Amino acid sequence: MPKCKHTPLIFEIATKGEASRYIRPLDIPKPDFSEWFGKAYRAEKPNIPDVDEISVVRHYSNMSNKNYHVEMGPYPLGSCTMKYNPKVNEDVAALTGFAATHPLQPDSTVQGNLELLYRLEELLNDVTGMDAYTFQPAAGAHGELAGLLLIKAYHEDRGDTKRNVMIIPDAAHGTNPATAAMVGYKVREVKSNEHGMIDLEAFEKAMGDDVAGLMLTNPNTLGIYEENIEKITRMVHDAGGLCYYDGANINAILMHARPGDMGFDCVHLNVHKSFSTPHGGGGPGAGPVGCKAHLEPYLPRPVVRKEEDGYKLDYDRPKSFGKVRSFIGSFSVLVKTYAYILRNGADGLHQAAEGAVANSTYLRERLKGAYRIPYDTPTMHEFVMTGEWQKEKFDCNTLDIVKRLIDYGFHPPTIYFPLIVPEAMMLEPTETETWRDLEQLADAFLSIAKEAETNPELLKNAPHDTPIARPDETRAAREPVLAG
Amino acid sequence: MIGYLPMDREERREMLASVGVDLDQLFAMIPACDCVRVDNYLALAKDGMSEMEVVDHIKKLAAKNKNGEDYDSYLGAGYYDHYQPAAVHHLISRSEFLTSYTPYQAEISQGTLQAIFEWQSYITRLTGLPVSNASLYDASSGAAEAMLLACRDKRRYKVFVSEGVHPDTMETIKTYLHAADIEVVTGALDEHGQTSVFPEEKGEYAGFLVQSPNFYGVVEDLDLLVQKAHEVDALAAVSQDPVSLAILKRPGDAGVDIAVGEAQSLGLPLSFGGPGAGYMAVTERLMRKMPGRICGATVDREGRTSYVLTIQAREQHIRRERATSNICTSQALMATAATIWLALQGSAGLLDVAEQSAAKAMYLEKKLVDSGCFKRVYDAPYFREFLVEAKAGVDLKKVNEQLLDEGVIGGLVLDQNRMLIAVTEKKTKEQLDCFADKLIALCGGQEGR
Amino acid sequence: MNQELKFSKTHEWVKVEGNIATIGLTDFAQEQLGDIVYAEPEPEGTVVELEGIIGTVESVKAASDLYAPVSGEIVEANVEIEDEPEMINRAPWETWFVKIEMDDLSQLDVLLDQDAYDEFCKEEQA
Repeated sequence: MPKCKHTPLIFEIATKGEASRYIRPLDIPKPDFSEWFGKAYRAEKPNIPDVDEISVVRHYSNMSNKNYHVEMGPYPLGSCTMKYNPKVNEDVAALTGFAATHPLQPDSTVQGNLELLYRLEELLNDVTGMDAYTFQPAAGAHGELAGLLLIKAYHEDRGDTKRNVMIIPDAAHGTNPATAAMVGYKVREVKSNEHGMIDLEAFEKAMGDDVAGLMLTNPNTLGIYEENIEKITRMVHDAGGLCYYDGANINAILMHARPGDMGFDCVHLNVHKSFSTPHGGGGPGAGPVGCKAHLEPYLPRPVVRKEEDGYKLDYDRPKSFGKVRSFIGSFSVLVKTYAYILRNGADGLHQAAEGAVANSTYLRERLKGAYRIPYDTPTMHEFVMTGEWQKEKFDCNTLDIVKRLIDYGFHPPTIYFPLIVPEAMMLEPTETETWRDLEQLADAFLSIAKEAETNPELLKNAPHDTPIARPDETRAAREPVLAG
Repeated sequence: MIGYLPMDREERREMLASVGVDLDQLFAMIPACDCVRVDNYLALAKDGMSEMEVVDHIKKLAAKNKNGEDYDSYLGAGYYDHYQPAAVHHLISRSEFLTSYTPYQAEISQGTLQAIFEWQSYITRLTGLPVSNASLYDASSGAAEAMLLACRDKRRYKVFVSEGVHPDTMETIKTYLHAADIEVVTGALDEHGQTSVFPEEKGEYAGFLVQSPNFYGVVEDLDLLVQKAHEVDALAAVSQDPVSLAILKRPGDAGVDIAVGEAQSLGLPLSFGGPGAGYMAVTERLMRKMPGRICGATVDREGRTSYVLTIQAREQHIRRERATSNICTSQALMATAATIWLALQGSAGLLDVAEQSAAKAMYLEKKLVDSGCFKRVYDAPYFREFLVEAKAGVDLKKVNEQLLDEGVIGGLVLDQNRMLIAVTEKKTKEQLDCFADKLIALCGGQEGR
Repeated sequence: MNQELKFSKTHEWVKVEGNIATIGLTDFAQEQLGDIVYAEPEPEGTVVELEGIIGTVESVKAASDLYAPVSGEIVEANVEIEDEPEMINRAPWETWFVKIEMDDLSQLDVLLDQDAYDEFCKEEQA
């Protein structure tokens, strides 16, 4: 990390003199607001500081320098797919023709927007093997919510109200059970076997006529492809339930396999993962949800229709489950998704998946001697290794290992997830890394494994050259200071 | 090179061979699929387009729209066209903010974490409530989360929502709460356009929600909301636009327990409805029940101020089915953009934006009403937006079509002869006079006096 | 450590006086959790079934519920732990969560005694 300036809070940077004038002066008489608003009027000016533009720009620029980001180097976070964010996507998403359209404009005035959404729906149907998409969800978890609401609406419509159980594997991401709970489902967890796949016997026992559905990602959070996937979805269907595909790991299988062909009834995609839209430090992303024809009537309102005289937003959807947010979706994020798919074509996506799996496999092979790999099973775009050997022999746990990785100039992988693997590190390099980048990353991990043995203090005190050292998280949680 | 791949197949093959892996065996675990063959597909082409072709194609789509820069638009209803100073988008386009991940590794994410801390701080200052989170998706899902929060806190499963909230907010609340088996009771606005009738049954409701300014632009009585809610042991919640907080009594000062709202109005582009950012602020007591990420200040071992995601144990990645919500990725970059907007505008700029928007809306409304062609539907004070009704027999949908030919996007038409009109600081007196004249003329009245 | 205490497999300790059971979190549990940053008992008056939730405890990286080793009504809740959650780390045997008025004393027979609990913990760690 380059040397970073200390940045006080914006509230501590006062300005003498007037704040910059960004809007033209008022050209009509100002009313007496106190009289107009009566007791709802606030006489005091807003309790926020006035800061000159130069100081504001310096402040946020200096702050930004303290961040690691995708253009610095690899970001091997498992299940996050931190691939390169193409610049052209930013440009097209910001076109005035899109940016200055209001969500409630009449359909005839936003034919460009509607056509883009319609075409994007077609593309995503092709990629995932679905029949229809909604673009409302603002994130993956939001998409999970919409997906489960589709399933719930389907059963309710058939008068099948006894189905209140959602099957979720123990390796699942935390959003899965959290979403199930929000939709009023009880979670029935299914164990993974020693190969890191679903234990089929346990799965069969979990079936019943109280099962509303299954939430699954494939490959799973261990990076392992479920060899019995068709058997599994068939079992759920035979029991009368529906199958929901968590698209967080779809980068591994783009144009090699499709959830629709595996037997899934609905899917969500994280466009800020496999479809290259930037992560923004925690959003905005988008979580479009696709479904097969039998779930289409329940999609949230409105949907985009193509008619003879143009594209329309159809609100007349009597079976729709409702809405999960205002308006239609995070449109500018979807423009980036659209551009990415066009730029790649089927071939590009196919190779992206191949590159993702190749890069992860290479890394795994380089590291498997130095770190414990919990499962023998081949992995795809991500793999899990553990810091168990280092913890046992040298008292250096996974946290120490990855904090030391920061000193080598890399962002840590996902840690302590999935929960079924102790001292877990989940690595997903993605396809946008060169062989040289991967070698450097592997070399760093190998070096750290040696350091754990010869000089464990280096790991325990890491990171060394960052703007801050390890923060006191206990104090942050016991005595919360949440505003300045 | 295809797409965005720094290695071609040959190099990939070589790399794998160096560790004893055969490229052709990589996907052995997946049954062979005809996925890449293009014959079956509706839209997906086999080959990707060049960058030039992609830009050309998408530009053509954008050109098919009528947008608010080429047309004079009076649409509001939840999304407002406030001016964004140029520095905002330059700063958030910096890779450091744009492409970084969620700040779980605090040592290398202080930029994002401090930005979130400042966002939270701005929200607490504007709302007068002491605790805020790192953002939610938008105002509607935020309002739904507010009602779920009230139910978790009070352990009751019934809420009251004013019919003055945005229709999308109402529908989102009903969707979320129906899924959780929670009853939603609604109440109508009175003839002044405000919510004045609240449920009276003690101990039955978890929370009451109003929107202020409401869907019709009318400012609600927060004192009444708080009084009525607390009388029956329910939480008081408001969905309030942040620009209005510059000029209206703050929810925290009125005794409101939960405030949510849409930060798009803090200069974020309209962009056909998103992305924006929802804010949430609560009382101290509700801190650990609030959904979403929270950033806190602490120190590192050298005593340096450090920002860190905190109280995470409530969140999905730890609590799983007992989490406060399922929210993971939110709207961090948009919240940062709103924060920078507030930093640039300052108290003077924000107040100016609010006052100009209010003043210009009042100016336009008076012109329309004075012409005799329109009457104001609700007589309670409004902020930045108002509802007018045309003379009987006027079809405002048709009027809007005619306005389009004259370069104007009219307000939102409701019930055929009512129009919801929003005005921001971006309008000049000339534009307002021009719009008023056109609208009045099309409604069959005399040109402005 | 108290020879009169009983234990559940979900790491609650139980002290019985007449038909009132006082319940807290064991030393083993607080060590597993790490620095406890927040704790909250269920409110007085709550009627709990066996294994129903009687409280919540949070550390920086984990969160856990406490489960009722006996059914009955919560007649007292120790709200002080909300202000001083670190007491659970420092004095787990003195820091209680709730007092339950039991409705079925036979449930006590199923609980573990000190030796059986120590054995159970050893097995869990293996």
